[in-house]
Amino acid sequence: MLEIRNLTCGYDNFLLKDISFKVNSSELVGIIGPNGSGKTTLIRAITKLVKPIKGKIIYQGKNITKLNFKELAREIAVVSQDAYFSDTIKVKDFVLLGRIPHFKKFQFLETSRDLKIVEEAIKLTEIIEIKDRFLKQISGGEKQLVLIARALSQEPKLLLLDEPTTHLDITHKIKILDLIKRLNKKYDLTVLIVLHDLNLASQYCDRLILLKEGKIYKMGTPYEVLTYQTIEEVYKTVVIVKENPVTSKPYVFLVSEEERKKYD
Amino acid sequence: MNKKLINWLSWSLILILVVFIVMFLSLCIGSVKIPLSQIFHPSDKIIKEILFKIRLPRIILGFAVGGALAIAGVILQGLFRNPLVEPYTLGISGGAGVLVCLNIVLKVYQKFGVITFPVSGFLGAGLVIILVYILSVKRGILRIRGLLLTGVMISFISSSLMMLIMAITRAENLHGIIFWIMGSLEEPDTFLVKIALLISILGLLISYFFSLDLNAFSCGEEEAHHLGVDVEKTKKILFILASILTGVCVSVAGIIGFVGLLVPHLMRIFTGEDHRILLLTSYLCGAGFLIFSDTLARTIISPLELPVGVITGVIGGSLFIYVLTKRGR
Repeated sequence: MLEIRNLTCGYDNFLLKDISFKVNSSELVGIIGPNGSGKTTLIRAITKLVKPIKGKIIYQGKNITKLNFKELAREIAVVSQDAYFSDTIKVKDFVLLGRIPHFKKFQFLETSRDLKIVEEAIKLTEIIEIKDRFLKQISGGEKQLVLIARALSQEPKLLLLDEPTTHLDITHKIKILDLIKRLNKKYDLTVLIVLHDLNLASQYCDRLILLKEGKIYKMGTPYEVLTYQTIEEVYKTVVIVKENPVTSKPYVFLVSEEERKKYD
Repeated sequence: MNKKLINWLSWSLILILVVFIVMFLSLCIGSVKIPLSQIFHPSDKIIKEILFKIRLPRIILGFAVGGALAIAGVILQGLFRNPLVEPYTLGISGGAGVLVCLNIVLKVYQKFGVITFPVSGFLGAGLVIILVYILSVKRGILRIRGLLLTGVMISFISSSLMMLIMAITRAENLHGIIFWIMGSLEEPDTFLVKIALLISILGLLISYFFSLDLNAFSCGEEEAHHLGVDVEKTKKILFILASILTGVCVSVAGIIGFVGLLVPHLMRIFTGEDHRILLLTSYLCGAGFLIFSDTLARTIISPLELPVGVITGVIGGSLFIYVLTKRGR
């Protein structure tokens, strides 16, 4: 579905170098890596916010530079880290903004189909109860759900999420990731998700891409990527990796300085 | 049918009605009172003259300028996502002001006639637009925050320059400068009135092509991009559109404050954030508000006339505070 070939791109002070990977249809792929390793830049490159210096990004056989912004927005939706929430917009109107890429030329009002899709997105993300509230009246976790609802109302085939669970409590973290997993499994939505929490990434993703200083350090299943050697190498932190007793996925334990000294 | 559409239509109709009422009111009252029946069939030549040569052009200009300033305000506030931005924040009025001051001081108008006022105003406005634009574009990207800062600074610089001109000029020029700064809808040249009306309505039409993009902008530039908006192109077009509208208003009517700030705010409260309705209702409300203010300016101390900017400032400012404090509660 999405193929990135030898991509080099970035800004004056930061570059992604020679990135190549593929995301297959209905896969859930996680991007992990330390702060400043280029995760967000990669997302921005896929949505044409950052232009490639070298290499190509191919979406369903087409180079994305050939697609205009509107065409791209009908295929790929983004839940980004720093959305701006206008206080005076109601949740349902905000979700409705996701229909903008589907407006035809000279179309002025939403069609009944638009409204139906928005209703569906609101139902899927379980925000029916807050749909008449203003954006300033809802919590951080609900805001993420609202953002996801808006992204879904774009009817995307590929969903990009940039750290959707940061700053959230465990209830909302699980709620959001469960939702994404459900969308991925039930509706065959392809998902590329940036996550900070290695354990959540391990739990939910089919495959992981580990970035370090703008390059792909390792790629593969959570078992292959999340080994203590790799993590210590990339994050420069002592960790212990054990199996999750329930899911048998790798689980990363952190060790404090105090404890480390005991074993040295 | 669609609840939203009905809501929108009713707001539009109410405002159209209000604008018409204000227009007729403005035709009737003044230093010579003309009964409503006379408007359609003026019996007297003098009354005809007053109606169609004096009052009607003012009303039309008020309509054009009020509407244009209001949508310029809506566009800029939407673009900057900052409710305190108004058409004059970008320094356009300042630029126009400096050149008009120079025109008065250097007595250019005595040589080439009163047409030099709008011309010099538009030149000044245009220069500032180009300057602000060039200073804020970097590598093809229009930096919105930079635009705002540059604009505010140019405003300061030009108001200082105007002070300088006023400080060193002769007293006879001061009156002209001050009256221009405070704004007036008196425009003897009907051709200019027509041009202003044309540009103002064209501006409204063009802005409607970007109403959805403005909606997308409400969640930020990057988000608008994710929603398929060509952000750079849209920003540039909208900035230029708002600037031209402001420039035209300032050059024909001087600096009439508060319309571009107050009206979009009020309409946001009444008709919501959606630019598909906000643009139209703001246009109508701005038009009605300015015609009304001008009528007051003509009549309060008649036969003398107050600058309309004073009225819009006083009414607009108090209304604004009232609405904000009431809403905050």
